[in-house]
Amino acid sequence: MARAFDFPGGIHPPARKVASTQHRIATAALPRRVILPLGQHAGQPAEPCVEVGQRVDTGTRVAKAQGLISADVHASITGEVVAIGSYPVPHPAGREETCIVIEGDGIRDDWALLPSLDWRSADHATLHARLEASGVVGLGGAGFPTQVKARVRERNAIDTLIVNAAECEPYISADDMTLREHAADVLEGARLIAKLSGAQRIIIGIEDDKPEAIRALERGIAAGQAQTLPISLKPFPARYPSGGEKQLIKRLLDREVPSRGLPADIGVLCHNPGTLLAALQAVRDGRPLVSRVITLAGEALARPGNVEARLGTPMNELLATAGLDEDRLARLIMGGPMMGMELSRLDLPVVKASNCLIAATLDELPPPPAEQPCIRCGACEDACPAGLLPQQLYWFARSREHDKAELFNLFDCIECGACSFVCPSHIPLVDYYRAAKSEIRAHAFEARKAEHAKHRFEFRQARIEREAAEKEARRQARAQAAKRPTSMAANSTTSAAESTAQAQPATADADLKSLRIAQAAAKAAVRKAEKVLARVSQSTSHNGQPQGQSDGEIEDLEVQLATARENLAAIEARLAAAKDAAAGTTQAPTPPSRSADTDQERTP
Amino acid sequence: MSLMHQSQVSRQPTDTGRVMAWLLLSTLPGIATLTWHFGLGVLSNVLLAGAFGIGLEALVLRLRRRTVRPVLADNSALVTGVLLGASLPPGTSLWLILVGMVAAIVVAKQLYGGLGQNPFNPAMVGYALLLISFPAAMTQWAAPHGLLSPDGLSLGELLTRVTGMSSDMNTGPGVDAWSGATPLDAFKHKPDALLASEFWASNPLPDGTQAAWRNVALAWLAGGALLLYKRLIGWQIPLSMLTAMGVLAGFLYAVDPSHHGSPAFHWLSGAAMFGAFFIATDPVSAATSRKGKLYYGAGIGVLVMLIREAGAYPDAVAFAVLLMNFTVPFIDYYTQPRTQGHTRPNRGIKVTRLDDEEAS
Repeated sequence: MARAFDFPGGIHPPARKVASTQHRIATAALPRRVILPLGQHAGQPAEPCVEVGQRVDTGTRVAKAQGLISADVHASITGEVVAIGSYPVPHPAGREETCIVIEGDGIRDDWALLPSLDWRSADHATLHARLEASGVVGLGGAGFPTQVKARVRERNAIDTLIVNAAECEPYISADDMTLREHAADVLEGARLIAKLSGAQRIIIGIEDDKPEAIRALERGIAAGQAQTLPISLKPFPARYPSGGEKQLIKRLLDREVPSRGLPADIGVLCHNPGTLLAALQAVRDGRPLVSRVITLAGEALARPGNVEARLGTPMNELLATAGLDEDRLARLIMGGPMMGMELSRLDLPVVKASNCLIAATLDELPPPPAEQPCIRCGACEDACPAGLLPQQLYWFARSREHDKAELFNLFDCIECGACSFVCPSHIPLVDYYRAAKSEIRAHAFEARKAEHAKHRFEFRQARIEREAAEKEARRQARAQAAKRPTSMAANSTTSAAESTAQAQPATADADLKSLRIAQAAAKAAVRKAEKVLARVSQSTSHNGQPQGQSDGEIEDLEVQLATARENLAAIEARLAAAKDAAAGTTQAPTPPSRSADTDQERTP
Repeated sequence: MSLMHQSQVSRQPTDTGRVMAWLLLSTLPGIATLTWHFGLGVLSNVLLAGAFGIGLEALVLRLRRRTVRPVLADNSALVTGVLLGASLPPGTSLWLILVGMVAAIVVAKQLYGGLGQNPFNPAMVGYALLLISFPAAMTQWAAPHGLLSPDGLSLGELLTRVTGMSSDMNTGPGVDAWSGATPLDAFKHKPDALLASEFWASNPLPDGTQAAWRNVALAWLAGGALLLYKRLIGWQIPLSMLTAMGVLAGFLYAVDPSHHGSPAFHWLSGAAMFGAFFIATDPVSAATSRKGKLYYGAGIGVLVMLIREAGAYPDAVAFAVLLMNFTVPFIDYYTQPRTQGHTRPNRGIKVTRLDDEEAS
């Protein structure tokens, strides 16, 4: 088979995937009540666009994306919106977030589907709009909006699309089962994303402990041989964390994602199979993201397996169906045992990032023994897949020598937990790194606070200016409209009007020119702000940062972007007014209309 | 979060206490061979030092108001005691051992903050202190009479020596048994006029001394192999230390075989094997990165040879290790591995602006 390159370190935790792969993916019973958090993705939470009491169908948009990095949320059942308010969501600190609660009767399931699209003939803008309208985000756990990722070619040239089917964390088998049953659709989704991103080839990276998924993919590839895009399947021996994006790219292509960079910087885009399937369903079937495959595992379950569950379904319903023995349940984990989060309650909703629920018994995942002092044995160094010195980072994090921690590349840590896994002193190393990282970020945030305030002020100024410019434009348009008939009637008899009309074009021409230059500059500013925001948000979500832990940086960048858009809108309004004025002197006025483009740009 | 741990799934020793227990097990061949050749005095050293280690650690922990039992369970104080005990001349007096262990456990370890915080190898701090303060007692090595030979010390004589009952070490019972020196010591103080071959031909040491030391070194090597096999130590430090010693000794031996020992002599006559596998590899006080460990081990090897050839001490492992302990922070700053995604490793402690790119 294909030669695999290698990343340093890595560990071999027990896979424990057998129990959940005995049966096909089941469809979970339709819940009577779903709780849909508005922040199920990286970036800004969505804004509700329904009211309490409103009837919704399955697939109706209930919350709209806010800002550049955000995603829509759709009703996952048919029923009535009964509440919009704060509810506990899956979060390491047990936080509450604004959620939309929908109640149905558990039977009716009317779908509000979007029209079906043929991705081969549809143009990019249509496909982007569809992905955006479907709320598709990365289903591997990071929750990065797929639509934003699909527009990567605006910033980077992509040559390779990698399908990340490694699924290296213990217990999780959602991608494995998805591939066994929907290999052809996943491949089709990969072709769709490859088309959007401009990738020239597709590589599927998969650990060789999933023979059935590999066979299904081989069949799918053979069936799609006529396709132009080459697809290669590269199985490799299982080793955690080969599913880490950077590790996978290193292993498949021997390219290294630069520090603080993105895979796109080296021409690579990674997607997990579930995301590709969801993207295809959104385009081909017009089906927004309202359900996902979730692995239910752990020895406290009598019937572990994979189920397709509606988003927002309370976890306890799924677990009860799987035969949860609450007496044996010691801890509930969302995600894998290495990087997942422990949940403090059972009634939390399934979200877009919930790839696995582990109901573990005490024997299965016992609480860690007491932490002992670090003896710098170096076991963590041998396990680190990023080539770091975890033992040194630990000392620096503990003594809060943040400058040294940064010098030892703390921010290249992917928080995979391999070091904690091997530590003979049972030190929760990753916790120390996370704490140090957030302290450093908070510090930087404090330092930038004044700057952020300035940006917010600038945004307000820009908005006021834009409103004034639009008002002025409307006023001028009205004046033009009022003036026109009279001047027509006068039939150019007054020499005074003649002379003003003569004088106007000269100044108007100069105005138009300078406004056009300003417009180009404002457009460039918008593009730049978008680029920075996309980069920062993507790299934070890639670094395994749990959602909702943003340090205000992304918010600030969103404000800056909004400011740039306000400026652009103001200039365009003025430009339109100036054009009208110029045109008004020679020909019939065109009604002052902002282009649809401008309208869209000003989404706050 | 990492809710899984290797200890749940692997048979490798994955717990500090068990790591140390395996380390103790690995010292058994060396200690057994020492005892076989040099008598019960070795065991009394090891047992006393180990007991002092545990006792002193418990005492200091209590004074520091720390929990005693879980800390003692990591076995590290016992290891320090065993290692110091194994490096002392057989049958060393109780009081010397106590002084050495106070220096090792109280001063070098606990006063710096306990396990993991000590910049210097505790056992070697104790050994170096004793060697400087009590040079006479510390260079009195027994002749290798063997454990069962009638020429060796009887239990009673041993007790008298260990408890310090005899007023003068050199006139006490069995004084003829204590006339020995180590081969390294003897060779170092060989008259300049004598060639190496003539010196050895003159039988300067009691019978079997060289063979005994060689056997002991090989036994430490066997214990070290176990440590390597169990992956409790890396190969870097022992290899680079022994290689550096071998290269230097080989060069000197090639230039002038009459006045310098061969590489084999340097490897097998003193504490080189013991030091390479059991002392220099102490992870707490050693360099931390794999590359750093190579430099660290090589530095020890070079210093050992320098001190043996040009210094005042015949064996030099303790001083070489302590001197290299000083350099560890420096080595660590300059031997960082290349992190994935970086074109080259960071060096030194300059602080760079990491987000220049984003600012632009």
